[in-house]
Amino acid sequence: MVAPATAPRASRSSPRPRPEAVRQCVVSMVAADSEGPEDRPSGKPDLRVEVEGVAGVTSDLGVDLQYLSPRMFRRERSIPLRGSAAALSNNLSVLQLPARDLTHFGVVHGPSAQILSAAPEGVPLAQRQLQVKVGVGVSPPLITQVHWCVLPFRVLLVLTSHRRIQMYESDGSLMVYWHALDSGDASSAQAMFARGIAASVHFICVGTWSGRVLVFDIPAKGPNIVLNEELTGHQTPITDIATERAQGQDGVADMVTADDSGVLCVWRSGTVFTLLTRIPGFGVPCPSVQLWQGIVAAGYGDGQVRLYDATTGALHVQISAHARTVSALDLAPEVGKLLSAAEDTFVHIWKLSRNPESGSIEVEHCHGECISDTQVCGARFCDPSGSSFAVTGYELAEILRFNSV
Amino acid sequence: MSVRTLPLLFLNLGGEMLYVLDQRLRAQNIPGDKARKVLNDIISTMFNRKFMEELFKPQELYSKKALRTVYDRLAHASIMRLNQASMDKLYDLMTMAFKYQVLLCPRPKDVLLVTFNHLDSIKGFIRDSPTILHLVDETFRQLIEIYGSLSAGEFQLIRQTLLIFFQDLHIRVSTFLKDKVQNSNGRFVLPVSGPVPWGTEVPGVIRMFNDKSEEVKKIEFNHGGDYVAAYKEGSFELYGDRVLKLGTNMYSVNRPVETHMSATSKNLASRTQENIAPNPLAKEELNFLARLMGGMEIKKTSGPEPGFRLNLFTTDEEEEHAALSRPEELSYEVINIQATQDQQRNEELARIMEEFEITEQPEITEQSASKGDDLLAMMDRL
Repeated sequence: MVAPATAPRASRSSPRPRPEAVRQCVVSMVAADSEGPEDRPSGKPDLRVEVEGVAGVTSDLGVDLQYLSPRMFRRERSIPLRGSAAALSNNLSVLQLPARDLTHFGVVHGPSAQILSAAPEGVPLAQRQLQVKVGVGVSPPLITQVHWCVLPFRVLLVLTSHRRIQMYESDGSLMVYWHALDSGDASSAQAMFARGIAASVHFICVGTWSGRVLVFDIPAKGPNIVLNEELTGHQTPITDIATERAQGQDGVADMVTADDSGVLCVWRSGTVFTLLTRIPGFGVPCPSVQLWQGIVAAGYGDGQVRLYDATTGALHVQISAHARTVSALDLAPEVGKLLSAAEDTFVHIWKLSRNPESGSIEVEHCHGECISDTQVCGARFCDPSGSSFAVTGYELAEILRFNSV
Repeated sequence: MSVRTLPLLFLNLGGEMLYVLDQRLRAQNIPGDKARKVLNDIISTMFNRKFMEELFKPQELYSKKALRTVYDRLAHASIMRLNQASMDKLYDLMTMAFKYQVLLCPRPKDVLLVTFNHLDSIKGFIRDSPTILHLVDETFRQLIEIYGSLSAGEFQLIRQTLLIFFQDLHIRVSTFLKDKVQNSNGRFVLPVSGPVPWGTEVPGVIRMFNDKSEEVKKIEFNHGGDYVAAYKEGSFELYGDRVLKLGTNMYSVNRPVETHMSATSKNLASRTQENIAPNPLAKEELNFLARLMGGMEIKKTSGPEPGFRLNLFTTDEEEEHAALSRPEELSYEVINIQATQDQQRNEELARIMEEFEITEQPEITEQSASKGDDLLAMMDRL
């Protein structure tokens, strides 16, 4: 249902002066409660103002105005959740299993997390709820994150919470290992929790409230998981961790860790992890981070998305991407597409690239989506080419899915 | 989550409670001196030093049930009485209002400005009582001291903690519906226009730099919203222009505020999460209540001061109807004291409650048994 228009909706237009050429914009408005394209809730029109884009028009101000490509995303059938999503960051994990025609989704509700699997077309198949049971007579602690870690010989589902880290088989059926957080030198005024999960070759790295990153050595099978190392590089709570196989090297990965003060650390994995680069913060939290071909993509509490060179730590691109804190970033590695989601209700897709001559990092805006009245808290691509993605929002009891047309 | 959330939650909900009570006292034409006395009594109980000391200790947030008990007690800290239905409605209005304010705060740190707005208004209610004014200022200073130095990351954690507390509450409030800040499904409208938060840039610009950190290119993109730059930052001092309007009094005498009971079925499952295994939870909650209420000094009304009943509804019939028709899933459930194993804690709480005196009111509908049983019964009814 596409309505071609020659003029944009007044309320969505930018107040800047427009060039003589036809104003072009692609912004899709989505009502979260609806089931799909056929089922519209009454009284909430689905707005799709879509016109083809033309690049390279210069405005009166001499600034390059970049228009969106004609690519469009269509809202697909949502997957219902037992419990609504909590207002956390990175609150959606996706495990793609193309060989089995399945996709797993993981969402945190609060004291429980829901793991579910869906067939293509979003048909839900099985679901499971996980909790952290700490003892009799004590309420289950709040879960901060749930995330699948793909290792060379196995996939583990990791759950972080206040007080504990728990690791399960990938379908959540069996807990393989758990680790109690060490209170160490915590004052009572600090909340203790784990947050930030990533797989790095045969290690699983988990961040903590103290800034320490725990590195667990994972065997090819079985429960003999060992805490190998504790990385110190951060002084404030870890927010997110991202990894990527090191270019041209097998069995080595690069990893970037981010924290609540915006500090980013780039590491090289190994029996001992080495700190390669440290990018200073400026007091603004960095809730989400991604790594792709030596590019660090970081989303911040002030709505900015910044791209740094992982080797030098130099800032190459600064995007004023969102009006509220970024809550999630994801990457489609095959094409270098970056997905950013924020509490401002918007989700944006960007194309990352390197200038072949200068080696500078460049970015292009591809698409924007507005999830009406929803504080987005999780977003993931559902395939490595970035042609589909899924989104969760605070208090939304469904996973919204989008596919490109 | 954050262990610094409770003071902000308590003070803001308390502020909203006072706004509603003030509006109802005027709407019900309660004589000025009585109305002032009610507000003074409640405010002086709220800001009592011992109580504030307990409140400000770093601690986890407890369940809505436990917190509700504290407000029940607070609302009855004067000669005013509220029936169950009115108390329920009051609590609904308080929670939805603060939830709205938290959700719409531009920066996580702005929740402090919302708190200051509430405190500024509270000071307005008691401007003729210097002793109580002093107590409020003490709390104000404590807030500035503790929260003034918290980082943006810590405020984001506080925000997340508050939003988890309010998760899945979708009670529709008539003022919000009329002002179009709430949709008919109970969810709040999140505008995509207006000023950006202080410290955030208007979205829509991409800046690229060379290896000498010089800006080499600037591109605009269509971000989809209609934002403008923030024009001023609110003041975090004892006195000052807060700039933010969230947390100021939205009620006026002529605007009756109604709530609509509508729990959509798909939210039922997530609401019942909290009611799993009530007994293990009750023990922690009772510890918390014993501490907090132990610090609450309820003024014993001297002499046969006649009390009165405040009605949050327009008529008594409406109130009765509301009590009967409140949906099951929205009832604030019982904290089952008798069932707890911890006898010692039981006794301590019972002792605290014996200290509270409630002047007998013939109008109190439910079981009006002996005084000591009143409060226990009240807690059991929650």
